[in-house]
Amino acid sequence: MSTVQTSMPAQAAAAGEPSFWSRLSGNRNWAAFWFMLPTAAFLILFLAYPLGLGVWMSFTDERIGRAGAFVGIENYQWLWDDSIFWLSVFNTLLYTLIASAIKFAIGLYLALLLNRHMPFKAVIRSIVLIPFIVPTVLSAIAFWWIYDSQFSIISWSLIKLGVIHSNINFLGDSTWARASVIFANVWRGVPFVAITLLAGLQTVSPSLYEAATLDGATNWQRFRFITYPLLTPIIAVVMTFSVLFTFTDFQLIWALTRGGPVNATHLMATLSYQRGIISGRLGEGAAIATAMIPFLVAAIAISWFGMQRRKWQQGSNND
Amino acid sequence: MSSVQIRDVRKSFGNFEVLHGVSIPIEDGEFVVLVGPSGCGKSTLLRMLAGLENITSGTISIGDRVVNNVQPKERDIAMVFQNYALYPHMTVADNMGFSLKLRGAKPEEISTGVKRAAEILALTPLLDRYPRQLSGGQRQRVAMGRAIVRDPQVFLFDEPLSNLDAKLRVAMRTEIKELHQRLRTTTVYVTHDQIEAMTMADKIVVMHDGIVEQMGSPLELYDTPANQFVAGFIGSPAMNFLRGAVKVNGAAYFEGPNGVKLPLKSAPANSDGKPAVYGVRPEHFTIADDGAEAEIVVVEPTGSETQVFAKLGGEQVVAVFRERHLFNPGDKVRLKPDPALVHLFDDSTGKRLNS
Repeated sequence: MSTVQTSMPAQAAAAGEPSFWSRLSGNRNWAAFWFMLPTAAFLILFLAYPLGLGVWMSFTDERIGRAGAFVGIENYQWLWDDSIFWLSVFNTLLYTLIASAIKFAIGLYLALLLNRHMPFKAVIRSIVLIPFIVPTVLSAIAFWWIYDSQFSIISWSLIKLGVIHSNINFLGDSTWARASVIFANVWRGVPFVAITLLAGLQTVSPSLYEAATLDGATNWQRFRFITYPLLTPIIAVVMTFSVLFTFTDFQLIWALTRGGPVNATHLMATLSYQRGIISGRLGEGAAIATAMIPFLVAAIAISWFGMQRRKWQQGSNND
Repeated sequence: MSSVQIRDVRKSFGNFEVLHGVSIPIEDGEFVVLVGPSGCGKSTLLRMLAGLENITSGTISIGDRVVNNVQPKERDIAMVFQNYALYPHMTVADNMGFSLKLRGAKPEEISTGVKRAAEILALTPLLDRYPRQLSGGQRQRVAMGRAIVRDPQVFLFDEPLSNLDAKLRVAMRTEIKELHQRLRTTTVYVTHDQIEAMTMADKIVVMHDGIVEQMGSPLELYDTPANQFVAGFIGSPAMNFLRGAVKVNGAAYFEGPNGVKLPLKSAPANSDGKPAVYGVRPEHFTIADDGAEAEIVVVEPTGSETQVFAKLGGEQVVAVFRERHLFNPGDKVRLKPDPALVHLFDDSTGKRLNS
């Protein structure tokens, strides 16, 4: 392992001071750098640069087709006084919190169910994944029909059953519209949560449950004292991702409601698109998108502290 | 503490029967070892005793109570698992106190119970550690501590030492035996290692293919194995078996492979010419002028004894000598089994023929 380093001084003494380039290409620490370079270049080009550009754009008055001038925090001042922007912030938080909570509850329940022995286990597990595989826009269009004000199958069924007498205006009423998009998001997001938690459940050794059974634990106590604590690390990961995906959701909303009715379902992402691309005010759109960053960082920070290596987990030092 | 009665217990998984009517009486305070090759049903039987597997037919009772339909937690048993099954997210103290906590014991009560068990097992300095911070032997002791805390009627051990290295296994063997001598709790211990069975048990139950081959004290099984399976399973190195026939021609003797003449103290009645298996333990060979000629193949000195592999009538046998012989491969020696200590088994059924 140390052969490279030990032989270097000998060579250097013989051939005089090695060139800067040969030191760069021969040194072990630099070798690591060379190996990282392709990935780093890729990430910088396609992630860091657009992000930086977006943030920079939010400080300009750039429009489509016209280069912008630096205007400082003017865009943010505008947004601060913009009630629609604040409505979209509220909508986004509401959408994220409710949808994530429901996704977690249903996902965990499904995972526990799928972890049991049952016939056709593999088939059922694959079926659960279907909502996740279908392209978002495709499922959004399906939901669009399901929620249609005239042809909705839900309204039709309920009328036939005699529960209601007129069609429900799913996407036309602000409360119904919010509930509808949240439902569609939950439907899409549950498989991810369920399958990931199922993977977590399968890492728990069955003998722990047997030991707990002999120790006198009931079903609930087995969940509370064994399953749940052992699952917390994976819950933290999966819920972080779920929150990030939900917070930044765009496709589903745009396909279903375009933010309507009366901005009741406008999320920050859709508002940003509408202001930045449709209305052409790139600077303002970028400012809305940039305003999402603190929320996302906060979500990551919470889960980071939540996920911090628990003392009992493998791999860290004894303490 | 209480006795355990296993009566004609059967177990099937679907159509496949793995236990074919097993009956084992276990006395109060007895240390019983179930031993047998893997797949013999010993672990299944233990799990049935714990309540982790259903009983297909027959009864198991603990004390005076038939427990066939009693929930595991109400059976008042504690089990030590092969992989210890320690809760990774709980400290040693929490692991040991978990059952008391579930029973709704007060915190002081739990900590007293845990401390008492920790003292018995010298775990007191480790109470705040997590399982991953412990060595294999320490984990093993915590698993036992978890069992002791509950002060159960019966201890069950499922191959508890098989994940330890050889040296630790010997140490823990002694520790478990000592613990049993101290607590006198009825114990059922499953292992595939006949040395563990011999050294620890009050009573050994040898199982094979879902039946009990023989039950008895370690030395009973060693001295008078009921059949060829038990004879071959108990003892290390294993007993030598030579096929041949009993001859009663004036004095009784055994005609082994290729006409080798081997001594018999007496022949069982009406056994002249009967095909049989001649069993002799490696340590029951002596070098004598009237022994059968054998050619040495390999010599393995272990320091305390010498294991000699030799060809006797074309068959490989192993002999163990306490005294140091300077043999070389290819040497001819005369091996003589001690006629008082040889075993005769039926050639077809494997049942013991001599008393």
